[in-house]
Amino acid sequence: MSLNRIIGLFLRHFFLIKSSLPRILDLIYWPTIQIILWGFISKFFTAYSDYYNNTVGVILTCAILYDFLFRSSISFNMLFLEEIWSRNFTNLFIAPMRISEIITALVGTALIRTLIGLVPAILITSPLFGISILNLGIPLFFLFLSLYIFGITLGLFVSSGLLRYGPAFENIAWSSLFLLAPLGCIYYPIEILPDFFQNVARGLPLVYIFEEARSILVNQVVNYSNIKNAFLLNAIYLFVGISLFYYSFSQARKKGSLINIGE
Amino acid sequence: MQKSVIVENLSKNYFKKEAVKEISFTINENEILGLLGPNGCGKTTTIAMMLGLLKPSNGRVVIHGLDIEKNRISLLHKMNFISPYIELPKKLSVKENLIVYGKLYGVKFISERIEYLSEKLRLEEFINKKTGELSSGQKNRVSLAKALINEPSILFLDEPTASLDPETGDFVRSFIEKISREKKMSILLASHNMDEVKRLCKNVLMMNNGVIIDKGTPDDLIKKHGKRNLEEVFLKLNRNNHELK
Repeated sequence: MSLNRIIGLFLRHFFLIKSSLPRILDLIYWPTIQIILWGFISKFFTAYSDYYNNTVGVILTCAILYDFLFRSSISFNMLFLEEIWSRNFTNLFIAPMRISEIITALVGTALIRTLIGLVPAILITSPLFGISILNLGIPLFFLFLSLYIFGITLGLFVSSGLLRYGPAFENIAWSSLFLLAPLGCIYYPIEILPDFFQNVARGLPLVYIFEEARSILVNQVVNYSNIKNAFLLNAIYLFVGISLFYYSFSQARKKGSLINIGE
Repeated sequence: MQKSVIVENLSKNYFKKEAVKEISFTINENEILGLLGPNGCGKTTTIAMMLGLLKPSNGRVVIHGLDIEKNRISLLHKMNFISPYIELPKKLSVKENLIVYGKLYGVKFISERIEYLSEKLRLEEFINKKTGELSSGQKNRVSLAKALINEPSILFLDEPTASLDPETGDFVRSFIEKISREKKMSILLASHNMDEVKRLCKNVLMMNNGVIIDKGTPDDLIKKHGKRNLEEVFLKLNRNNHELK
C-alpha cells in the first residue's frame, strides 16, 4: 500500500470540503438538528417514563451513537457518489490505485467527515440538556469504534452496488440505514421485537452496541460480552463487505461499468 | 523500432454482442497511432481494455513487455488518458486537482511538475481557479496537464480537441506533436478530426463493427483507395462496410 496515494485520495475530498462553507455547514446541520430534537424527546421521556426514570440522557446518548453510525456510512457512500457525480470515476480507476488503498483512503476521509458533523452536535448537548456522552466512560471508545466499523461495512456494501450498478443504486445508498434502524434496537430493548425479528436482530452488531450503552447508563454495569459480540459480528461483516467490494470491482471490469458509470 | 504496446487478438463480448472482435496491432515507441471509426465501432472499448478498465473476453494487451491483466497497477504508472467524456472534479482548483493526481501517480516533485506543466500548457492565469469555472479550452488544457502529470510513456487520447476553437485546437495538436517527439511517447489517438489524424499520426487503424477494416499511413490509405483525403477514405470504408453488413 502506498501512503502517498492514500493521502492523494484523502486530499481530493479534503480540498472539496475545505473550499466550501455550505458543504461544511451541511455536514454540521443535520446531526445538530437530529440531536436537538432527540434531546427534547429524551427530556420528555425522562420526566414521564418509568423505564427511563432517573436515567437522564439514555435516548439522547443512543441518538448520538446512531447518528455516528448513520454519518459514517453515509460519508463513505458520499465519497463514492461524489466521484460519480463529478464524472471523475474513470480518472480514479485509471490511476494506479489498489482497491485496498481506495478503501483505506475512504475509511479515513469518512471519519473526518463524520467528526466534522458530529463533534459540534455532541458539544451542544452538555449546555443544552446537561448531558455528556462521556458518561459512558472507557467503553464509549469501543462503542464508537464498533459503530464506525459497521458504518464503513454498510458503506462498502452500498459502494459495491454503486460500482457494479452505477448511479441507479444511489437510492439504496440513502435508504440502507433506515432499513436496519428498526432491527438495531436503538431506543428499545430487543425483547420488544417479535420472536422472528429478535433472531434476525441478534445477527446484527447494533443490538449489542445499544444494549451495552443502555446497560451502562441504566444499570451502571459494563458488560464486555456485548462489546465482544459486536466486534465479532463486525469482523464477519467487514470481511464480507471487503470481499464484495473486490468482487464488484472485478464484475465492473467485466461488464464495463467503470467506463460509463457517470452516464 | 521498439514496440511499446502489443495488442493480440483482443476481443470483448457483452452478453451476445461482440463489441471488439480479435483485433491485433502494435504501437511503437515515439509513434502516434490514429484510431478512426464511427461512433460505437469499439474504439472506447479497445482503449478501456488497454487501460485495464475492462477485462478482455479474449486476447491480451502487452505494454512494455508486460500483460496489463497481470500488471495493471505497475503499468498504470506509465500510462494516462484523456477523454471529453470524463472530467476532473469541478469544485477543486486546477492546482488542487493536479496535486491530487500527482499524489495518486506517485509523482516525486509535484510542485515542480505542476510549475513545468502550467508553463508549457499556459495554465498560470487560472491555476487557482475552480476547474468547473473554466472554458472548455482551458479545461482541455488542464485535462492534458493531468494526463501528463506522471510523465507517461504511453498516452491515450480520445478526441483531445473535440469542441475546441481552432486556435486552442491547434495549440493542443502542436503540443501533442512536440511532447511525443521530445519524450518519445507512444500515443493512441482516437479522433473524428481527419486533418488532425493526418497531421499527427504516422499510422492509422480504421475500425468498424469491432474489427480493423484497414490500416496504413494516411498517405498510403488515400492512395490505395484513390481518394483525395482521409475523410473520403473514412466515408468509403464505412459505407462499404455498411453495405456489406
